[in-house]
Amino acid sequence: MPSNLAGAETEAVGQRRGVWQGMAAPGLGWLVLLFLVPFYAILATGMGGRDPIFNQVQPAWNPLDWNPQAFIDVAKELFGGYLGPTAVRTIAYVFIACLLCILIGYPMAYLVSRKAGRWKGLLLLIIIAPFWINYLMRMMAWVNLLSPDGQINKIIGFFGVPPVDWLAGNHFVVIMGLVYGYIPFFILPLFAALDRIDNQVLEAARDMGASPAQTFWRVTVPLSKQGILAGLVIIALPMFGDYYTPNLLSGSPRTRMIGNDIDQLLNATASGTGQGAALTIYLMLFVGVLMIYYLVNVSRAAKEARR
Amino acid sequence: MTATTVQPGQIAEGGAIRRMRGWMANPWGQTRFLWVFAWLFAIWSIVPVALAIMFSFNAGRSRSTWQGFSTRWYWSDPRSVVNDESLLAALGQSLRLAAITMLIATPIGVALAIGLARWRGRGAKPAAFLMTLPLVTPEIVMGVSLFLVFGYLYDFIPFGTPAQALGHITFTISFVVIIVRGRLFAIGRDYEEAAMDLGASQWGAIRRVLLPMLSPAIFASLAIAFALSIDDFVISMFLTSDASSMTVPVKLYSAIRNAPPPSLNALASIMLAVTVLAVSVATIVMKRGKKRTGEGGSAMETLVQMEI
Repeated sequence: MPSNLAGAETEAVGQRRGVWQGMAAPGLGWLVLLFLVPFYAILATGMGGRDPIFNQVQPAWNPLDWNPQAFIDVAKELFGGYLGPTAVRTIAYVFIACLLCILIGYPMAYLVSRKAGRWKGLLLLIIIAPFWINYLMRMMAWVNLLSPDGQINKIIGFFGVPPVDWLAGNHFVVIMGLVYGYIPFFILPLFAALDRIDNQVLEAARDMGASPAQTFWRVTVPLSKQGILAGLVIIALPMFGDYYTPNLLSGSPRTRMIGNDIDQLLNATASGTGQGAALTIYLMLFVGVLMIYYLVNVSRAAKEARR
Repeated sequence: MTATTVQPGQIAEGGAIRRMRGWMANPWGQTRFLWVFAWLFAIWSIVPVALAIMFSFNAGRSRSTWQGFSTRWYWSDPRSVVNDESLLAALGQSLRLAAITMLIATPIGVALAIGLARWRGRGAKPAAFLMTLPLVTPEIVMGVSLFLVFGYLYDFIPFGTPAQALGHITFTISFVVIIVRGRLFAIGRDYEEAAMDLGASQWGAIRRVLLPMLSPAIFASLAIAFALSIDDFVISMFLTSDASSMTVPVKLYSAIRNAPPPSLNALASIMLAVTVLAVSVATIVMKRGKKRTGEGGSAMETLVQMEI
């Protein structure tokens, strides 16, 4: 078709004159200066030395000046030092919270996408509403409920149970807070995946003699696997770096997560900055696998959208 | 359940057991169970926040005992949002950052989206990859990186509003690209090429054909950028200088555990109202834009996709 030829020609002209590169340049420059360079700053700070007089960290911008002392110190603390239990606790919290998100989120997403009928709109709104409510406000709501004179204690007091101090190092409360905070981000991609499944596929399975249970376990679940995995990555990434949820819902050292240590090392002590940076890099390496998986998935989805 | 106890017909309550058995075989077949579960979930999800909003209208100082309706925590009490300078300042800071972020991140993001969608050849793939990185980087890593770079390298940029605005723009740009890119793929290149066949220059085609067609997505980007900025906590927290640059989430974080009066609930409720307004505008505009071009799919779907 002639218009296609002309299109190819104009595209080529655009490429040659660098129109597209020119349009992308400000955004890319911004991301280099304020995303890549800052990221390098973490590495340079972790590899930096100490100012002998002020005991402050001096980032080593030149890789030839790198001094891995902070990385070694943090690694020692992670394996056998004070950071070890925190790291294990963080992994356990995230694991349990993810498990609970699947157990609660899958039935919910399944119902809304496939069985809700005329209630679909309302339930979808209930699922999406938390996206518009600030995370801190949602945590504040639970602090109100769980405070010593809060509604939860009033309810259990009605049954004669003495008030409980929920907000002082309760593992269950912190995990519940994580689930409450992040489950919308799990349900939504899962909902999208389940909603995309063609009813005809399920009918075909039934026609070929599969029981409802077999259809569910062998057709619906495998078809929604991508959604489950995407949702898990989306919630696990921020959970691993979370420090505000345990701070607000407990504040006790018993429920510290690795994010609390990063936050404290960076903010509280000038001499801890290098170690905080090193710990951030370790965290980044740990969650890197999740990030790469997610990126591969996203680029595949983008390719499909282009088709 | 052992096999001997469920011999069919052997027990009087065989019906109940059969039903139980049927449920075990296919837990999702019986939607009654799912419905109970769904409404419990809805209550768990919504009621805590609804109570927090309700107690912002409490007549007394308590945030758990209802003492009658009043708007004193919004404007009349000396510690109300309007009269407590620290709360008012937080609201101002949040709105200021959101406005700056919206106005700078949107044009940069739109241009980046167009550039990345059309640019072929060497450099295009790494550029697209760089754009997606901020979407998957944990917020704490981004917060730490900006904290260190403004502290040790770009130390001519002070903490507080300048650093916070730069940080917010950085993580918002990629979201703008995602929104605009979806629309670009939907439009295709035919209109632009037709314009150029008719004699428009490259820039003319972009400015007079492509940008007007993108306007719903651009408008939605403005609203989403605003909402993302106003919602942010981690970046704002790492880049605050002093009390004057506290945003609403930072203020909430620092005050929640110190037995604050209900004015804190009022502050959070005002923020929620602002965010709902921004997102509603985005949803309506996107829906209308789609109707005009006769595309399928709901605006909700686009928003769902965007979150992924």
